[in-house]
Amino acid sequence: MTGALLVGLYVFVLAMFVGFEIITKIPPTLHTPLMSGANAVSGITLVGALIAARTGESTISSLLGLAAIIFATINVIGGFMVTDRMLKMFGQKKRKSS
Amino acid sequence: MTGSANPTLIPLLYLVSAVLFIVGLKGLTRVRTARRGNAISSLAMLLAIVATLLELGTFSPTWILLGIVIGGAIGSITAVRVQMTAMPEMVALLNGCGGGASVLVALSVIWERIIEPRSRATLAGGEFNTVAITTLLSVIIGSVTLTGSVVAFLKLRGWISGQPILLPGRHVLNALLLLGSIGLAGYFVATGAAAGNLGLIALAVCGLTLFLGILLVIPIGGADMPVVISLLNSYSGLAACATGFVLSNNVLIISGALVGASGLILTQIMCKAMNRSLANVLFGGFGAQETDSGASKNARDYGPVKSYSAEEAALVLESVESVIFVPGYGLAVAQAQHIVRDLAELLQKRGVDVKYAIHPVAGRMPGHMNVLLAEADVPYEQLVEMEAINSEFRNTDVAMVVGANDVVNPAATKDSNSPIYGMPILEVHNAGTVMIIKRSLSPGFAGIKNELFEYDNTLMLFGDAKKMLQDLVAELKEAD
Repeated sequence: MTGALLVGLYVFVLAMFVGFEIITKIPPTLHTPLMSGANAVSGITLVGALIAARTGESTISSLLGLAAIIFATINVIGGFMVTDRMLKMFGQKKRKSS
Repeated sequence: MTGSANPTLIPLLYLVSAVLFIVGLKGLTRVRTARRGNAISSLAMLLAIVATLLELGTFSPTWILLGIVIGGAIGSITAVRVQMTAMPEMVALLNGCGGGASVLVALSVIWERIIEPRSRATLAGGEFNTVAITTLLSVIIGSVTLTGSVVAFLKLRGWISGQPILLPGRHVLNALLLLGSIGLAGYFVATGAAAGNLGLIALAVCGLTLFLGILLVIPIGGADMPVVISLLNSYSGLAACATGFVLSNNVLIISGALVGASGLILTQIMCKAMNRSLANVLFGGFGAQETDSGASKNARDYGPVKSYSAEEAALVLESVESVIFVPGYGLAVAQAQHIVRDLAELLQKRGVDVKYAIHPVAGRMPGHMNVLLAEADVPYEQLVEMEAINSEFRNTDVAMVVGANDVVNPAATKDSNSPIYGMPILEVHNAGTVMIIKRSLSPGFAGIKNELFEYDNTLMLFGDAKKMLQDLVAELKEAD
């Protein structure tokens, strides 16, 4: 196993623990926005897609990269926007009732 | 990559991005800070993208812009237009997009670095192994996420049957597909750069796992979709992680792991709320056996039940002091969220204490009912979780059940032979009076009888949820 892979594994395991710690504290009311928000975050693959499509030449790898950018951007933009839309509804209630 | 702008700035930008992802997630632990948390997460994403472009230094903006414009347009239009009731479908599709992107990136890397390595020399043995293992892992996880999510979407939409579709020998077939793809991946790594048909092998791994994703989700019934979507959510995070390993990029690994953890926790919560093990959900084909046996016949075999009209029910409601609404998915199907809120406000004006009891699987995904009620302007302070409200039914005059069935079935606590025995329920039967708005006595997802309907303190209000609630509102207004 190469060094980078091993470091990646460390980071992965530690980040999982951070995730478990935070997410168990999230109230059930927010579970749907959590899911769509987390969804948007998993669109971070966009970083990989950008690298894959960087040359802009019509090679197979670049074309695959372009498709990946489209998928990942749908995920990122769609996810964050729909989460915001939901959370806005929760926010309005606050103002109304107070 | 080529021509890095600043070798220390970029890793620091990635670090800030990773920290912001965690801070953003932390914002979601409270309703008050949730929206800001989401904004912080999107800032983190922007930062990661900027860092990547800086890292690339030289890149062709045409394709990148093209991809972002197309994807951004599709994403934003969908996000603005989607109905809140369709949120499970939306999340399923977004999961699929995440998985699909991971597959495409991995394939692209395989092509660039192994199959058509123009600019660089053939990879050395160790590096070849790392690239091959990480990319193929990414292909496997991403493919299962992609097709699994598409099937989940089609089931939620009702474009394919929500009933479990059980193929004979499916466990064997699934095992063969999984072993086959792992075997091919192993062959890919073992033969190394020498073999000429690596592209074909990579595509075969992709094809097999795409098929596996379909087969894994198709036997799962519609009622179990909350579990499946949560699990696929986790997979989409793990797919991003796998891409992070491909690129040795820690931001991808961290944010992917956060999503993976989130999906796993939600999966666990959903399983617990339905009293099922994950293995049972994934392999059981729950709901299919029940309809074969005599259970469904008994499920409609009721003794005398008390049926009340809206007028009679309104008379009861006129003299109560506390009401707890118990909304189920049937409420959302009837689009009756707003009219429930109207009824609740009307009761509140008369001095009645109003709350909503939310079962964890009340909607079709975790927290779905809360979103639907929030959309209808129900104050979230009135929404109470199952554990917190179960002790309150005892001191409540009326529990009004709208479009829920299995989650209020007392058999879950009393009858050890019941298929839902042990499932946590909302103990509405302890309330002074239980009003159940329902079209008929038909069974819920579990396909079993609900003896609550026969209880002395239960009143059945037969009819469409929206219509019945409108009638109740009208009757109460008349009484004022």
